[in-house]
Amino acid sequence: MAATVHDTGSHRPDAQTLAVDMRGIDKAFDGVTVLQDVHFEVRRGEVHALAGGNGAGKSTLMKILQGVYSKDSGEIVLEGRPAQLSSIQDAKAAGIGMVFQEFSLVPTLTVAQNIYLTVEPRGRGRLIRDKEASRQAAEVFRTMGVDVDPDAVVGDLSTAYWQLTEIAKALAQDARVLIMDEPTASLAKHETEVLFELVARLKARGISIIYISHRMDEIYRIADRITILRDGRWLLTEPLTDVTPAQIVEGIVGRSVEGQLAYRERVAPARTEPVLEVRGLRAGSRVDDVSFSLYPGEILGLAGLMGSGRSELARALFGIDRLDGGEVLMRGRKVDLSDPGRAIKAGIALIPEDRRAQGLVLEHSVRDNLLLPLLQRVRRGPLISDRSGRALAASLIDRFDVKVAHPGRAVRLLSGGNQQKVVLAKWLGTDPDVLIMDEPTAGVDIGTKSEILGMIRALAEAGKAVIVISSEYPELLAVSDRILVLRNGTVAQELNRRDIPDEESLQLAVQGV
Amino acid sequence: MTQSATTGAPGAPGQNAVARRGRLATLDWRRYIIYIGVVVVFLFFAVLLGDQGFLSKNNLLNIFRQTATITVIAVGMTYVIACAEIDLSVGSVAGLSSVCTAMALSRYGIAAGILAGLAVGLVIGSINGGLVSMLGIPSFLVTLGMLGIAAGIAQWITNSAPQPILNDTFNSIFGSGNIGPVPILIIWMGIFVAIGAVILAKTRFGRQVLATGGNRTAADFTGVNTKRIKFQVLLLCSVVASVAGMLYAGRLQSGRFQWGAGDELSAIAAVILGGTSLFGGAGSVVGTLMGALLIGLINNGLILAGLDTSQQQIIRGLIIILAVAMARRK
Repeated sequence: MAATVHDTGSHRPDAQTLAVDMRGIDKAFDGVTVLQDVHFEVRRGEVHALAGGNGAGKSTLMKILQGVYSKDSGEIVLEGRPAQLSSIQDAKAAGIGMVFQEFSLVPTLTVAQNIYLTVEPRGRGRLIRDKEASRQAAEVFRTMGVDVDPDAVVGDLSTAYWQLTEIAKALAQDARVLIMDEPTASLAKHETEVLFELVARLKARGISIIYISHRMDEIYRIADRITILRDGRWLLTEPLTDVTPAQIVEGIVGRSVEGQLAYRERVAPARTEPVLEVRGLRAGSRVDDVSFSLYPGEILGLAGLMGSGRSELARALFGIDRLDGGEVLMRGRKVDLSDPGRAIKAGIALIPEDRRAQGLVLEHSVRDNLLLPLLQRVRRGPLISDRSGRALAASLIDRFDVKVAHPGRAVRLLSGGNQQKVVLAKWLGTDPDVLIMDEPTAGVDIGTKSEILGMIRALAEAGKAVIVISSEYPELLAVSDRILVLRNGTVAQELNRRDIPDEESLQLAVQGV
Repeated sequence: MTQSATTGAPGAPGQNAVARRGRLATLDWRRYIIYIGVVVVFLFFAVLLGDQGFLSKNNLLNIFRQTATITVIAVGMTYVIACAEIDLSVGSVAGLSSVCTAMALSRYGIAAGILAGLAVGLVIGSINGGLVSMLGIPSFLVTLGMLGIAAGIAQWITNSAPQPILNDTFNSIFGSGNIGPVPILIIWMGIFVAIGAVILAKTRFGRQVLATGGNRTAADFTGVNTKRIKFQVLLLCSVVASVAGMLYAGRLQSGRFQWGAGDELSAIAAVILGGTSLFGGAGSVVGTLMGALLIGLINNGLILAGLDTSQQQIIRGLIIILAVAMARRK
């Protein structure tokens, strides 16, 4: 695939010139310091990895470079010249290109129309020359050494093509520095190879690439140097030949975030009969041959990188995605999971990742949200009984300690933590045997976080089986009795909690190094 | 969509050929369904109603004449819908424009009349556009309110009375006249469709309208001023509707608050039948013309077939649902 490397020109800039030099960058939001005296430099024709844990400040730093946020103090020098980046347009004009993670393409336009949006080649009467745009786009793809049809409608193409189009769009506008944020997260393995070959070719042309990734193997494969940020501060910048994966992981994890989320020893559940058995499950392109068992009273953690199939496994188990193979047994009996209704009937509940979009009707009241899956229980004849509905909602609000002035208030008005409690309460009202929680504490403050973790423990104590999916390792380590490590859609490793000494070893297991 | 055909690696041999074939297979007939529909319905009536004069030159010109005003309104509506907005006020803007034109014309002459009509479109379009793009109020609500306001003003300032227009020049330019054998209404329609089609498909403005409707965030990130685009399409649509109001006034030689009432729904139907996506991002002005013609053909044929109004309505509704169902993207 794309084996022919086209002539990339003889342009070989001085490798020592800095393409990007950010010095002493400070940034605070509402008085909270996000970046403090951060240094970041990228050479011409260099692939520079940028790493750091959640909240380390990577994305804020990159948004400053793209002109989305303005820095509070510090200096940005691009190719030796001081730069003022106060808008996306400024950054573009200065040669900064971004391969957006949520793609910035218009699905209804063609590839070429997207690449030249706002800068279309025009002819007589200032009319757009689409054929010329197509030709120029084909030329850009040729220099990239990939084969993409410029006249294809973007919405009809797969994500790999979207990404190539994004890169072509940046190159067509003469970007000298490309920021790639987790570019392989949505790619299949062979597509990743194509991307890496492309990165190598761009590098040979003197284009610098800032590569944000959590995947150690990728960083080692394509990056020249790495900068690590921790808690908004610069930690180190080193050639990758001089650092080991363990050092990087230690740098990312640090020692500052522990304490709050300590593991609490629980009485290990008696392993009687498994409540849930999954055998050789396959679904879509991300879940490939997953098998495991889950016991009553157990909390099972699912760890894995983005794109490892964590969320997709949850969706498949809840009947949202169709199963392509394998079987699922509840209490020893095979169950049909062809839609969420059947999954609920089988005793499975899913608390989805994006609670605002998938878990709640934001405009409805707390009470209506709570009762939605429980309408059976508050019926009187064909009608819904207001009185028993109020009583049931009140008891759930009480039991889950939802802080709301009145059950009739819209869920939209609650804090993130309280919204999450409403989602929890709503599903636990259905009395499921197996509860799957996808990123249960995403976007909630640390206080609510430990409350939610406490709730998860209490559920397990009451005999429920819980699956917790999380990209925050301290959280997984705090609640799980057992952790499955997913890689490429399958179970790569199964770890008992007491066999995991610390967060770093879990990180290393997830990275597979 | 063609997911299965194009999930392969970029640049893999044959992948593009597959993608291209998939695109043809999925888009081909759905994109052209409206053209096929117009031809099929025309042939159907030609065979069935050939004896009742369906094919006579007069009847065919009539079909065009009757659809001309709706088509003009629908050209403006195409931009609004392609931009993922809606304008429900076009019918009453046309009505208000017809009365204002007639009243100004009878007092101050033809130029004043035309300016008064255009002013209606400019003012209402600016208000619609401003409320939608500056305050972020959904265009459905803004223009629903404006529908009532414009219709109310038109009725109020005329005391519900028709305003006759006695200026023959105006009447013949705006609707009653002919150029050679061709009714002038058809010329107006042709001009609006031609200019509208070129601007939407071939200028940066048109491209940015489609981009804003297709993915507003992406357009913003690419440097499109999507607020301004939304303002501009709503302004443009209102001004076009005010011209349509003058075409009513010229053809019917009077301004009246009822002119144009309900046209918003016919215009929206024509636009959607013509293949413009109700969710924005894709639009075709020529398609809109075809959509309007299809509706016109059906109206005409059903009348000739001797169906009464109630039956016409039912059949028209069925055909619109059927056509849109067939033309929708998966």
